Amino acid sequence: MSFLEIKDIRKKIGNNEILKGINIELEKGSFLVLVGPSGCGKSTLLNAIAGLLPPSSGDIVIDGQVVNDLHPSRRDIAMVFQSYALYPNMTVEQNIAFALEMRGVEKAQREAAVKQVAKTLQIEHLLKRRPSQLSGGQRQRVAMGRALVRQPRVFLFDEPLSNLDAKLRVEVRAEIKALHQNTHATIVYVTHDQIEAMTLATKIVVLKEGMVQQVGTPAEIYGRPANLFVADFMGSPAMNMLKGKVSGANGQQGIALFGNDGVRVAMPPSVTTSLPDGKDVILGLRPETITDAGLVDPQARATARIEAEVTMIEPTGSDTFVTGKLDGATFTARTRSDVHVELGQKFPFAFNLDKAVVFDPETTNRIE
Amino acid sequence: MSATQETVSAGGARTARYFIYAALIILALVYLLPLYVMLSTSLKSLDEIRGGDMLALPRDPSVAAWVRAWGEACIGVSCVGIKGYFWNSIKMVVPAVLISTLLGALNGYVLTKWRFPGHKLMFGMMLFACFIPFQAVLIPMARVLGTFGLSNSTTGLVIVHVIYGLGFTTLFFRNYYEAFPDELVKAAMIDGAGFFRIFWRILLPSSGPIIVVTIIYQFTNIWNDFLFGVSFSSGTSSPMTVALNNLVASSTGVKEYNVDMAAAVFAALPTLFVYVVAGRYFVRGLMAGAVKG
Repeated sequence: MSFLEIKDIRKKIGNNEILKGINIELEKGSFLVLVGPSGCGKSTLLNAIAGLLPPSSGDIVIDGQVVNDLHPSRRDIAMVFQSYALYPNMTVEQNIAFALEMRGVEKAQREAAVKQVAKTLQIEHLLKRRPSQLSGGQRQRVAMGRALVRQPRVFLFDEPLSNLDAKLRVEVRAEIKALHQNTHATIVYVTHDQIEAMTLATKIVVLKEGMVQQVGTPAEIYGRPANLFVADFMGSPAMNMLKGKVSGANGQQGIALFGNDGVRVAMPPSVTTSLPDGKDVILGLRPETITDAGLVDPQARATARIEAEVTMIEPTGSDTFVTGKLDGATFTARTRSDVHVELGQKFPFAFNLDKAVVFDPETTNRIE
Repeated sequence: MSATQETVSAGGARTARYFIYAALIILALVYLLPLYVMLSTSLKSLDEIRGGDMLALPRDPSVAAWVRAWGEACIGVSCVGIKGYFWNSIKMVVPAVLISTLLGALNGYVLTKWRFPGHKLMFGMMLFACFIPFQAVLIPMARVLGTFGLSNSTTGLVIVHVIYGLGFTTLFFRNYYEAFPDELVKAAMIDGAGFFRIFWRILLPSSGPIIVVTIIYQFTNIWNDFLFGVSFSSGTSSPMTVALNNLVASSTGVKEYNVDMAAAVFAALPTLFVYVVAGRYFVRGLMAGAVKG
């Protein structure tokens, strides 16, 4: 049975419908990441779960209990804010203990709880300091401590890493992941960063303009995106979208790419329906499925070798991203870093179609 | 080449700075002159004052006039000095300042963190109180005080000052709390703190600068108020400003300039004291409110 249920949540502010009927179910101990571009309603949804912004309609159920009319403090949730929201006039110790104090927990018990959380987060030496005397990473840790000490049913994180610098972000991200693995807490986490979503989540919900685009595991979202938006939003560099037409030469369905006299590739195995000849489609290929000919996956069943002009080379150290151009269409390939490639060169790219996906340009949905 | 240019411009800047300082010193002297006359006159004897030179230092400084002003000078028909009126003012100012500051803080808190439909209109109407000419409300206010039996009482004056101070105190606190992060209030709500707990434990402890600004502003205004004092009190319940006026304006007997001046110094001391103690927070707090408001 699901632990957290979000049933048909709608939120209107003025004439603006921010959430248009959201349905999500979450099992106990899972890590749900709400991801989407800014303005997609993910923070509004989180605030609705917290009870800070009541939805216009719909139900929020935690552990079988409808919490719609419960005050935030009675929902047994804890929230970590983007700005950390540490009380500036209190010491770290008082910050962490505040929620317990408000609940009338005895002082001795409070102190023991604070001590234990401080030990877990390794902030024992900071307990007497004020938030203004802490670095960004330390503040972040105190904010997590404030949530942990309550031992709530659900943790809510509102873009907790966006105020940290890049290096610290990766560190704290790993800490949050470890925290989830060790405590098996149920977490709802909001971010606009798709890498955070991929690395942390056990379940991702992609939102756009107040509507759920897709719900799934990181692998599902990445490998089988439900529509063009999800495909484009998740993954960096973005998925290559190549326009093509269905062509059924030799009794086998395929896709003609790069204009009329371009290249014909086999229909990817992800498509099982039979499509009418001449139908416009969009072929989606992750950069890592286009490589230099030497890196072709020997297990791949359907591959295509296509020569294209090289227009950009971006070495990242571990790999090199090569942009190819053919008949006005460009695509990004991920090649080995030691591959020999030059600008303007006609380079043989290997397309692995096993993991390719096909979209209908009219509905923008993926064709299965 | 650039070095010579720098020297020239540095020299120019220095000249400009001397000029600015000279101007500031002259203006400060002009400003301080009345204070000097007040102090020196209050320390002179009546004979010396009649001697004529207002700017001369007292030849034989004496605090006799101060003692007289405090405990013996005649205000109206009673000759017990201004000390009673001084305490009247204290009894009026302290509660009026504290209550109006506290209510202004509460208003600011509600107007920024617990917004309700029409909060803008409400705030606009409260701002109106800042711009109403006080002469316009004298008669209705007198009537209200009369109805509640508060005419001629310090309590009545406190109420009047609280009401007409609310506009400004609300403005100060609203602008200050506008910049106060909403997330802190949300966090406190989730932590289980209620309306007043959030106010006492989270907002007020972070409001130091604006509290100082409000207290200085309210203290000076209420202490220096003459209009309400003269309208809504009489006789021995008058505040200091009214008593000072009565002392200076009384036309019987010899005009004791030194006593008048000493009484005026007494009247100015408390506001001076507040500025000296808390003045440096004043500008800081005003700026904080102004920039983010």
